[in-house]
Amino acid sequence: MKEFLSAVGAIVWKDLKAEFRTKEMISSMLIFAFLVIVIFSFAFDPTAQSVKKILPGVIWVAFIFAGTLGLNRSFLSEQINEAIQGLMLAPVDRAAIYFGKVLGNMIYTSLVEAVALPVFIILFDFSFSGSWLSLILVVVASTFGFVAVGTFLAALASNTRTSEVLLPIILFPVIVPVIIGAVEMTKAIFAGSSLGEVATWLRVVLVYDVVFLVIPFLLFDFLLEA
Amino acid sequence: MDLSLEEGRFLTIFGPNGAGKTTLLKILSLLMPASSGKLVLAGQEVKDDTTALRQKIGVISHHSYLYGNLTARENLRFYGWLYRVSNLEERVEEVIREVGLELFFNDPVRVFSRGMQQRLSIARAILHNPSILFLDEPYTGLDQQAIEILNSVLAGLKNQHRTVVMITHNFEVGLSVSDEIMILNKGEVAFRGRREEVGSLKDFQELYREKVGGRR
Repeated sequence: MKEFLSAVGAIVWKDLKAEFRTKEMISSMLIFAFLVIVIFSFAFDPTAQSVKKILPGVIWVAFIFAGTLGLNRSFLSEQINEAIQGLMLAPVDRAAIYFGKVLGNMIYTSLVEAVALPVFIILFDFSFSGSWLSLILVVVASTFGFVAVGTFLAALASNTRTSEVLLPIILFPVIVPVIIGAVEMTKAIFAGSSLGEVATWLRVVLVYDVVFLVIPFLLFDFLLEA
Repeated sequence: MDLSLEEGRFLTIFGPNGAGKTTLLKILSLLMPASSGKLVLAGQEVKDDTTALRQKIGVISHHSYLYGNLTARENLRFYGWLYRVSNLEERVEEVIREVGLELFFNDPVRVFSRGMQQRLSIARAILHNPSILFLDEPYTGLDQQAIEILNSVLAGLKNQHRTVVMITHNFEVGLSVSDEIMILNKGEVAFRGRREEVGSLKDFQELYREKVGGRR
């Protein structure tokens, strides 16, 4: 277990070190999220009552699309110099590669969300009266589901020549339950509901998180060798 | 295919493009599973979990397996962690000196020439002192300095009695370092023998032509 965790840590360290040296991925994810915010803030009247209803959907559109940009890049860096083969040769459980990538992607996506969410709330002139803790929990649980599936499918798509096109096509149908759950929970929490009131959706998302951590754990070795 | 190699021997595999050399090396280095048959490495039969066996293997390919946005030191440190190399910082400095890159220790790999990247790739492959080394066209794209360094690394490996399997199209280099020679053609072993059996470079060229029908 210690060896597994240290391999996961090494992969996260390597990805973060390389990313924060160039900031290629983070900057494109942030720019995309801000573009979505600006476009939607012009498209909808921020003072209108309807904004409260559409804001959760707009937020998750920005998060998911910006996150997909990051997911796409996470395995492309492994294709340069065939570095993925270097990882496959290493004496570590290959699932550690998956978990390292999930953690790295979770960090990038969470950073973008942490910056973009307050900007959304400010630009849409939304007075948030719900529980921040509940909101953070919902965002983290939903993001994790998205990243867990996305990382696995990004690895699958990276073996193809059209990976950047293929990933959204195979990813979005699979993460529909997470997106619906995320939007519904965010909407309820924006309306002042407690976490208990969104427990059904939270359970759906958490089960999804667990399932999509276990499936790649079992299949990632085969996926890399394919 | 039936192939065995004693510990500490140096086998070079020649063969035309498409003969199956790289596929064979991928199977031997545990990068891909064999569809059938039995593989024994370092006295251990290869089963489903190959994690522990991979500690004993080093691979130098014409791909460097390096990360361009990391420095030479960071690349080696990363692989050192994965291979659980003890006294890592000392070992990293030792291997980087061995390949003559100590002046470029903290430079990002993306600014390295092809030859420098391959030298760093050699350092990466020997970092964990593997007992078995697989080399897939290691001379591809190397400058003269890198060729000399690779030659000296190969001579060192031979002296240390490590088991080495190398694929190359370079007859001269292959014959000069090997204990054993194999010619692979269309996935079959067309020739296998000791270095002494093949004679001079010219004799080997004739033998090769005879075995592969003029393909190269």
